[in-house]
Amino acid sequence: MPDKVRIRITVNGTRHDLLTEPRTLLADLLRNDLALAGTHLGCEQGVCGACTVLVDDVATRSCLVFAAQLDGASVRTVESLAGADGTLHPIQQAFTQEHGLQCGFCTPGMLMGACELLERVPEPDREDVEEALGGNLCRCTGYQNIVRSVCTAGRLMSEQQQSEQSGVRA
Amino acid sequence: MSIVEEPVTGTRRWVGQSVARKEDPKLLTGRAGYIGDVVLPGMLYGAVLKSPHAHAKIVSIDTSEAEALPGVVVVLTGAAAAELVDPMPAFCAEPVEQRAIAVDRVRYPGEAVAAVAATDRYTAEDACAKIRVEYELLPALVDPVAAMEPSATRVHETLDSNVVFHRSLDWGDVDGDLARAHTVVRAKARWHRMGAHPIETAGAVASWDPYGQSMTMYSNSNFINFLPWAFAGILRVSTNRLRMIPCTVGGSFGSKHLITKVVSITGALSKACGRPVQYLEDRTDNVAANDNVGCDRIYDAELALAEDGEMLGLVLRIIDDYGAYFQFAHGQHGNAVAQPVGPYRIGSLRYDVSCVLTNKVQQGFFRGAGADPGNFILERLVDKAALEMGIDRVELRRRNFIQPDQFPYKIPTGNIYDSGDYEAVLDRALEIAGLDRWREEQERLRAEGRYLGIGLASCQERSGYNASEWWFLYGDEAPLPATSTPESCKIDVDAMGGVRATIGCPLWGNSPETVVGQVVAEEFGIDPSSVSVAYADSTSGAISAGPGGSRVTIMLSGATRGAARTVKDKMIRVAAHAMEMDPEDVECVDGVFRAKGAPGTSMTMAEVGMRAHLFNDGTEGAESSGLVAVHTYDHPYFTPPTADRSDLGAFYPMVSHACHIPIVEVDPETGHVELRAYYVVNDCGTVMNPALVEGQVIGGIVQGIGAALMEEYRYGDADGKLETPTLREYLLPSMHEVPEIVLEHLETPSPFTEYGVKGAGEGGRLVAPTAIASAVDDALRPLGVWVDELPMTPERVVGMVADAQERR
Repeated sequence: MPDKVRIRITVNGTRHDLLTEPRTLLADLLRNDLALAGTHLGCEQGVCGACTVLVDDVATRSCLVFAAQLDGASVRTVESLAGADGTLHPIQQAFTQEHGLQCGFCTPGMLMGACELLERVPEPDREDVEEALGGNLCRCTGYQNIVRSVCTAGRLMSEQQQSEQSGVRA
Repeated sequence: MSIVEEPVTGTRRWVGQSVARKEDPKLLTGRAGYIGDVVLPGMLYGAVLKSPHAHAKIVSIDTSEAEALPGVVVVLTGAAAAELVDPMPAFCAEPVEQRAIAVDRVRYPGEAVAAVAATDRYTAEDACAKIRVEYELLPALVDPVAAMEPSATRVHETLDSNVVFHRSLDWGDVDGDLARAHTVVRAKARWHRMGAHPIETAGAVASWDPYGQSMTMYSNSNFINFLPWAFAGILRVSTNRLRMIPCTVGGSFGSKHLITKVVSITGALSKACGRPVQYLEDRTDNVAANDNVGCDRIYDAELALAEDGEMLGLVLRIIDDYGAYFQFAHGQHGNAVAQPVGPYRIGSLRYDVSCVLTNKVQQGFFRGAGADPGNFILERLVDKAALEMGIDRVELRRRNFIQPDQFPYKIPTGNIYDSGDYEAVLDRALEIAGLDRWREEQERLRAEGRYLGIGLASCQERSGYNASEWWFLYGDEAPLPATSTPESCKIDVDAMGGVRATIGCPLWGNSPETVVGQVVAEEFGIDPSSVSVAYADSTSGAISAGPGGSRVTIMLSGATRGAARTVKDKMIRVAAHAMEMDPEDVECVDGVFRAKGAPGTSMTMAEVGMRAHLFNDGTEGAESSGLVAVHTYDHPYFTPPTADRSDLGAFYPMVSHACHIPIVEVDPETGHVELRAYYVVNDCGTVMNPALVEGQVIGGIVQGIGAALMEEYRYGDADGKLETPTLREYLLPSMHEVPEIVLEHLETPSPFTEYGVKGAGEGGRLVAPTAIASAVDDALRPLGVWVDELPMTPERVVGMVADAQERR
């Protein structure tokens, strides 16, 4: 077994200085070493997208990346979205409002994929959502409500931004 | 058994509303606690070595290299595991033994031959790669028809033939109906094996206590409170020393009822080392070897009709490829005979089924559970009859529908349909689909050489099973009595008036917490968000068959209402005693116990709670302390089968109904089928929660799109190797395959259930495949195509077009 590799990685705003085996996948580092169980593994081969996280703001399948590749990177997972006081992120609010989840296993991947999309395209339409999340599999919902959720999230976030701006002006 | 009197829906406050889902926050934030999230101190990680061969003798296994690997704690062969655990339960009468890790012989590709526990999963998989197995190949049985030949290699030496079960039963005068028919329509059809493939695989964490001889087992199994003794039997632990703990389940669709393989392997590993062990299937373990697989049927069917199109009799001859084992026996056929005649007045039925063993993974249950191909063949026959007799397909259905005044209606097999209004559903579906517009579009596109098709199917969704269907096709005597297949709920109100419900079924991706919250809220007049819901482990005594057969909302609402009413009645007595009134004069409105007609005199939930917990004052008429009730809700309407099986009894009597109208465009050159639009009218009785029911129906339809167009297990013709071991080869529908689905509900409440609810969990997948088949048919009618095989992959569609051209 080769020597462990030292990586410095920021996860959900917290800096970590870690020793890891070269073959450790990012998904396993998050789940096993950092106890962030919200990132789920559905296929471990990049097909289902359940393990999607943001690596330097880019939606990335954490089952296809070695942690050792990410020295210096910043990672966001589903645990970064809601406030510690239980306030859901607007994307999460939209998913519950539009019933965009059932068993919830694919949901963290959908949420993080949606997060990346909404940072690029603030008010996406159906085609935008299909392009961004078309590679994420869900076996429960039939997708219709996931598409709605992401579109609704865009509206909620725009409204929130507008009210924050008007608050600043006032 | 009684007919439940229910007020009209409009008078209810919470039942029937799209109440916010209680389950969501934990699921949305990564805190739900799936099996993969369970970590115990000192826990090891398991992995399994799978057979690459379909059929082989195991000559030798050398585990020495694997055992020498640092971090490896246990390596178990099948023989070693057999020292620790017993064979898995088979719900069949035939001598078909199945062990979680094969001993001496592998019978399907992917069958486990060894298991490892190590300090991490990576090391466990390294160890699997170092196990040396020598196989002696045997002929692989892939084709079920060939496997039926007396000369075929046998999958099990204990059987005389690979036809593990055959039975032919007639209900009504089948031969007479065939003889007097004006037209007998014959159709052959092929429904290939598909898998449930939830995004979360099956898994377990076992912790064996060698001193107390007790086992704690976390898992994503459903049957922990229904058949815990079956798990105890496998694990060789006494039933009262096994504690099974539920986890949030990342989807099941029928595939995680038992997952005995996972439980057995994990339990054996833990017993071998006395430490906790986690074993989670990887995707290939799940696809190749779990209880994922649905029906795999060849139909040869006939429908006898009178001159005016009246359906007289139905003949279904079925060969069903069960794979290498017979886990749930012929339960999928018990299921299918709940509704073989669909929504039609068909007077007689011949059901002839041969269950065949081959070298494939064994069947489990998958959404539809045997009624899915049943709907496919019946609606194919009806469409074919319409075509052959020159009767419009809508008109033919109308003429044969069971009428609203004929309920409760007994079908030939003896099952009862509780209620329905099929013509109203059909009419509304035709209306929302805007059929004239689509016919015009079809004409327009045909002129351009394009092929648009309009599908139509009117199908049943039997719901609320009685598990007698698993065995009632055996013998001429009852091997077992009927079963009510119950569901339990415990409700307690604490001293501060807080209401907590504890249920026996796990969270499988549906919404038991929300449903329980709605029912409790309805009964007490409180807000559903104030109700907390917990999940019971197997030590609670709750009996629960959980989700399955579209039963859980029916059964859980019955259990919860019963428990809520018992507690509420006691609270009324406590309040009446405290207020020095007659209980008859006290009512509970909006969570307040008050004098009827004099609302000024009242007690809050908290006041009654404190009184009941702490202040049994010892005076005459004071209630015993505490506010807790367990209600076990037995199946609300079932009757046992007769000894000669001329009447199977009512076993699946809450019958939902739907009409689906999909619009497709087919490219005959490439075989591509595109869904342009999809219209549904659904009747599942009283809709408990419209948003959640819509989610179930649409999710089911999309699985049905998969069944219609892409999902299929493929095994190599020559070597029997699994060609679809991952989700790269076994395709699931993605966002790109899904049209906007337009859904409406009509409600004919069930007279048998609390609130009039019926099942809704499987309907989408029970109807969509046959509806889409009829749409493709309609599109390619100018080319003379008749769809008789699913899924309609591009290759198959091109083949069907070529065959049709050849016939011309």
